[in-house]
Amino acid sequence: MDLQTLWFILIALLFINFFVLEGFDFGVGILLPFMSGDDRERRTVINTIGPFWDGNEMWLISAGGAMFAVFPKWYATLFSGFYLMLILMLVALLFRGVAFEFRSKHESQAWRSFWDWSIFGGSAVPALLWGIAIANFMRGVPIDSSMNDTGGLLNLLNPYALLCGVTSFLIFTLHGAIFLALKTSAALKEKAMSLARKLWAPATLLCIIFMVCTVTETDLYLRLGINPGTVPVFSVLALFSVIFMLKKNAAGWAFAMTTVAIAFSTITIFIGLYPRVLVSSLNQAWSLTIYNSSSSLYSLGIMSIVAMIFIPIIMIYQGWSFWVFRQRVTVDSELEY
Amino acid sequence: MDTLFLARSQFAFTSIFHFFFIPLTLGLSIFTAILETAYVKTGNEKYKHLTKFWGTLFLINFAVGVVTGIVMEFQFGMNWSAYSRFVGDIVGVPLAIETLFAFFIESTFIGIWVFGWNKLPKALHAASIWIVALGSTLSAFWILVANSFMQSPVGYKIAANGSQAEMVDFFALLFNPSLWKQFPHVLAGGVVTAGFLVIAVSSWHLGRGTKERNAFETSLKFGAIYAFIGTMLVVLAGHAQMQNLLTTQPMKVAAAEALWESENPASFSLFTIGDEKGLKDVFSIRVPGMLSFLAYNTFEGEVKGIKNLQKEYAVQYGPGNYIPSIVTAYWSFRFMVGAGTLMLFVSLLALYKVIKENYTFSPMVGALLFWSLLLPWIANTSGWILAEMGRQPWIVFGLLKTEKGVTPASVVSSSELIFSLAVFVVIYAALAGTDFFLLKKYASAGIETAE
Repeated sequence: MDLQTLWFILIALLFINFFVLEGFDFGVGILLPFMSGDDRERRTVINTIGPFWDGNEMWLISAGGAMFAVFPKWYATLFSGFYLMLILMLVALLFRGVAFEFRSKHESQAWRSFWDWSIFGGSAVPALLWGIAIANFMRGVPIDSSMNDTGGLLNLLNPYALLCGVTSFLIFTLHGAIFLALKTSAALKEKAMSLARKLWAPATLLCIIFMVCTVTETDLYLRLGINPGTVPVFSVLALFSVIFMLKKNAAGWAFAMTTVAIAFSTITIFIGLYPRVLVSSLNQAWSLTIYNSSSSLYSLGIMSIVAMIFIPIIMIYQGWSFWVFRQRVTVDSELEY
Repeated sequence: MDTLFLARSQFAFTSIFHFFFIPLTLGLSIFTAILETAYVKTGNEKYKHLTKFWGTLFLINFAVGVVTGIVMEFQFGMNWSAYSRFVGDIVGVPLAIETLFAFFIESTFIGIWVFGWNKLPKALHAASIWIVALGSTLSAFWILVANSFMQSPVGYKIAANGSQAEMVDFFALLFNPSLWKQFPHVLAGGVVTAGFLVIAVSSWHLGRGTKERNAFETSLKFGAIYAFIGTMLVVLAGHAQMQNLLTTQPMKVAAAEALWESENPASFSLFTIGDEKGLKDVFSIRVPGMLSFLAYNTFEGEVKGIKNLQKEYAVQYGPGNYIPSIVTAYWSFRFMVGAGTLMLFVSLLALYKVIKENYTFSPMVGALLFWSLLLPWIANTSGWILAEMGRQPWIVFGLLKTEKGVTPASVVSSSELIFSLAVFVVIYAALAGTDFFLLKKYASAGIETAE
């Protein structure tokens, strides 16, 4: 295996961790205004992700940083080509990041309500935009011979991509609802469970529609072949199984299944792209691949050593932090946010 | 308006704003860690109260530093795609290592520290804020690896087809002489920023007769020592950095001094009004030999002038204008050095008060100690303006001009840039106002509220 392929896998891993981990805290943020009107209960909801959200978001930041280092042309084309969409996402993340810290530091009702809706918007917008972005990776954007994507915002907002956006929004919301069922108790837990049960059907339905549209909109199925392998199949089966776990009140298992569904569908998409990273809709030869967008072998080597050392260490200390804060958060807990 | 101007304005605005918060994060994380260590060692509750008080201010500041940092990381690809393609192979590496090695531990352990007060043993909890401080410091280090490459490129070659610069020696980047002048300077700048804030807030509370007198006396004592150490280091590191610039970017030094012609011995400008087009003085007071002394620690030695360097560069790099905005370089240098000199006096005054254990201030001294909190911000900001504007017309010195690094207008148009710049200006202004409101609220409320 060459270093470009290794890094393709590592970037996929960074995105999987991002979607799985930040996925649930996006979901919690989206559900926040609908979980309860009571301030103490809302604080409880926020505190379930309090110790984690910042670390979770780091998977996105490190994916961006790693793309810059190992696939600079991918980074440059993607970030400039998706300009307005990224501005919108940055604005969302700006509001969301400070909202957690600021919200409970002032008593006023209007203040808290403003920051609650900032958490909602700051979570909902990226949850939508990531679906839109991923769909466009596969469907293709007008990349010319000098690697510039001149398509602009409207080109990204095609029906297929919007469908993927709504799908990712619903999947993350479902994932977040199940996380809340795991981390809260009493009334909040009941509420989260009932929301999860209601969210499952539309999320699954949209997933199926999205998969069908993928046949005509992309070359994913052509590339995967008649026998797609176990990964996409498991991803679908995992999503189907969620409702049975929820009916049995097995929130832990349901969470494991949404995790599998998100991780395996991300893998499916990356397998479908390989070795391309951004498809050109103008000319297949102008697509960005891991080879024409990569750094020199020397830089790839340095980055590989760094990643092999630090990614496992990160996963260990993040895992430890999930262990330290494993208890359910209740309205009687000491709330920091 | 052309996209180059707009992209530069946006980068300047977002990075200056980002750096309002970063020095305080650097300095206050270490300061908070010191206080919590004192608590663990002595068991004295006073230190715990102080840890929580300064920790709360740290967190309010930290949040804005983090979110504005994400904008910086994305902006290279968004607005500077040609630059990213050309030097991503080199500059991308330290930035990626920064996220994996530094930003990650900072972001994970900040959560552990905030939420872990009753869940972790005391020593482990104190260790987690030290890890956050270490993360912030390493984060600054790796970003400066990238920046010092842009100031003074090392360890690279240009690819055979000329399309990109490639790294050939990672360790040359790590041992870049510019880095080891810049990093201590930035880190000490962080210590100073936190030190002066601590002095200001503590003396303000003492001045108005707080009930928490004992705690704020301790706070002032720690703050005065911290600020004094930081100021000494920042001056020494700054001096070393300026000497290093004489070899790496003599044009920046010449512009900062409005030194038109090469001089030996070279004079130091106290006050100059220059004619930037004609490249000559309109009015100037200069100290003979002083610049040579600052440059070489002796009163002789040639310092090259702007006109001579322009001629040299035109030969070396081809025809073009290699002179940065002199008025910007000259005055940002004076603001930085001026603020630094004032800080030296104020930190000595604070240290004197603390050594004498005299915690009552005349209104004049009280006001001086308080308003001096602005000085580090003036110095930090003008220092970076000098570093970045003084490097122009280069984005990577000697390798790539700024105008060649910008994203083509066919990809990101000027109207898109006007829109994004307007969005950032509005949101950042609101963010600054909100953050200031909270910092003021918690700083003035005293220790009990922070609990």
